[in-house]
Amino acid sequence: MQDDLPIHGETRVTTEARNDDFVVFDHVQKSYDGVSLVVKDLNLNIGKGEFLTMLGPSGSGKTTCLMMLAGFETATHGEIRLDGRNINLVPPHKRGIGMVFQNYALFPHMTVGENLAFPLEVRGMGKDEREAKIRRALDMVQMGAFANRRPAQLSGGQQQRIALARALVFDPALVLMDEPLGALDKQLREHMQFEIKHLHESLGITVVYVTHDQGEALTMSDRVAVFNDGKIQQLGPPSDLYERPDNSFVAQFIGENNKLPGTIEELSGDKALVRLGTGELIDATPVNVTAKGQKTLVSIRPERVEFKPEMMPAGAHMIDATVLEVIYMGDILRVRLRVAGSDDFVMKMRNTLGQTKLSPGQQIKVGWHPADARALDPM
Amino acid sequence: MTDAYSQLTTADGRPLKAALAAAQARARRRAFLLVAPLLLFVVVTFILPIGQMLQRSVYHDGFSNSAPALGEWFSSHPDGSDFDESAYAALASDLALMKKDKTAGEAGTRINYTVPGTRSLFTSSARGADKLEPPYKEALLALDAKWGEPVIWQAMREASSPWTSDFYLIATDRQRTADGGIERVPENERIYLWLFGKTFILSGVITFLCLILAFPIAHLLATLPMSKSNLLMILVLLPFWTSLLVRTTSWIVLLQGQGVVNNILVSLGVIGDDGRITMIYNQTGTIIVMTHILLPFMVLPLYSVMRTIKPSYARAARSLGATSWTTFRRIYLPQTLPGIGAGALLTFILAVGYYITPALVGGADGQLISNLIQFHMSKSNWSLAAALSAMLLAGVLVLYWLYDRLVGIDKLKLG
Repeated sequence: MQDDLPIHGETRVTTEARNDDFVVFDHVQKSYDGVSLVVKDLNLNIGKGEFLTMLGPSGSGKTTCLMMLAGFETATHGEIRLDGRNINLVPPHKRGIGMVFQNYALFPHMTVGENLAFPLEVRGMGKDEREAKIRRALDMVQMGAFANRRPAQLSGGQQQRIALARALVFDPALVLMDEPLGALDKQLREHMQFEIKHLHESLGITVVYVTHDQGEALTMSDRVAVFNDGKIQQLGPPSDLYERPDNSFVAQFIGENNKLPGTIEELSGDKALVRLGTGELIDATPVNVTAKGQKTLVSIRPERVEFKPEMMPAGAHMIDATVLEVIYMGDILRVRLRVAGSDDFVMKMRNTLGQTKLSPGQQIKVGWHPADARALDPM
Repeated sequence: MTDAYSQLTTADGRPLKAALAAAQARARRRAFLLVAPLLLFVVVTFILPIGQMLQRSVYHDGFSNSAPALGEWFSSHPDGSDFDESAYAALASDLALMKKDKTAGEAGTRINYTVPGTRSLFTSSARGADKLEPPYKEALLALDAKWGEPVIWQAMREASSPWTSDFYLIATDRQRTADGGIERVPENERIYLWLFGKTFILSGVITFLCLILAFPIAHLLATLPMSKSNLLMILVLLPFWTSLLVRTTSWIVLLQGQGVVNNILVSLGVIGDDGRITMIYNQTGTIIVMTHILLPFMVLPLYSVMRTIKPSYARAARSLGATSWTTFRRIYLPQTLPGIGAGALLTFILAVGYYITPALVGGADGQLISNLIQFHMSKSNWSLAAALSAMLLAGVLVLYWLYDRLVGIDKLKLG
């Protein structure tokens, strides 16, 4: 049932080369009440060894997708395939998928060692082999000395490590993680992100990770699927999502973002001229706008906003802005501006030696490289 | 280190410990005053009666009060002494005293407990006691030859002190022999130990049935969405709001020979009209009705424990490769143990002491020990009733102790 995985110097014996459809969601739909769809026609291929994150607000259908993959929910329509095999009717315990739960779900009446032994015992593994595997899994998460503790005696971070070790101890090829770091404090969370990432790399396992924390998604994943309203809004590497969002939802959900509503004035190839509600003209890259006169929402990242004309490309438009507030944040300065009648336009300036000092009330001009402003669908 | 702490003082030089105690004394006094009424109530209505009951089981002054001369004779003549003229003289003077004080019946009753059929010996002998002439031995033996029986003298010796273990002997089917030893009563007279055993076994059966029936319901209650589980909970609690008598008599209506269940079975042709099943006024009736009545006491502790078991445990177990049966056996069931323990303990203790239901539907073979306790109370044999109750209490305490050893009282969850 298990694939042989390269753990601690073992040679990997795979019968097939890395394939790109290790996990396949094929036109999957899910409805709980027969009236509305929680997951609407999901198509997703996950490659072997990939770290894929399902990101989205609560109620977006991401957890439902994970539960369908784990076997705790059945797909209303469509097919889920694991390693080429349709697993729609395979019960959860025969799927051989490791899973890490949000609240860890460590069995409270068992010690750490017994928790880890559980998946091996139900597979009928002998005692010696079991203990070797438990030791290895505990060492992997640096919890070797805790085998005899009860989960209640461990801190949140330690429980998280044990949950991770338990999901990995039976060498599953696929591990699902359902917001595993949600209950940890910020510092520990960031630390665990790296550890999970390293485990993923060193074990060569496939990870499907569910979170609503976009920072977590960006730092850990090979690819991120942004969910909203039961659909994947965009699927791609973190840099694509951040720098080239496909639609307003993705632009807004990931990272900080300035939005300027307007109308397409000119459209030529990869350039668009947008007239804002207050009459100014700005440059943008058309993404999902197709015709002149169309309504659009232009999205610009705060760190890509410039206020020094010498930094702007030739011929680029600049518009008037009033400084409302300068917030000192250490590494950056966050400047809130009034631009085109809106009070929440944000510009981030690096806090470098000799950086121009701005003060509230000051009149400046701001602009950006046309490639950094994306003309998206109006929301 | 502790020395260093004990030398700490407040800013004005008082020892820190004394200052702390003084600062908290007022709050502590107020807290005590708040619980004082309840404490008083519990002492008056619970601790005192139980103490009284325990005392009655080893104390009966019905004979010792009315027979001072014999008491004196017994204390100056150790066990095994010959019952000579002086003993009979003491007996004669006591009988005369009994006649004067009209206490012969009371004294006879006390001796009657240990040697049945002797109450009339005292009442009839006391009637002419003031006319007895020495030698008293011949006179009394002439009055009734039973006065020569060593068993009666042994019983009087035992009863001459108000403190006695006689009632525990009776409650454990034992009696005193003529020479002061202890033996079991003849086989056909042994009832108490057998009834204790039956009570415990029946309670065990009822507890087990309750557990089997309550477990799925409690699980359903714990996993259904709140709106549905509330309705179900009301159905579970409904019996609590109905009079016990009403519930019990409803079962009589259902289960009796011409009752609903038998009628349905007959009309369906499952049984013939002459083959109606006896389901009430026997042990079966006791088991059925008590299981029904005690069911909520099993459901509630189970429910309160199951509600805290997150569904992710079962999911985790399934994802780790366990079948649903293994998941239940190794993950779910162990986590419900505190609830099973609490429910079983509660149900069992209630069943062991249950009285009304077996009295109403138990018939002859469905009676439990509490019915016998009630019987002795109605016959004013308070001491024997107290001894039986004390044994019941001891049995329950042993169970409690066992539970503590096996599961731990701190894990007990009653809801």
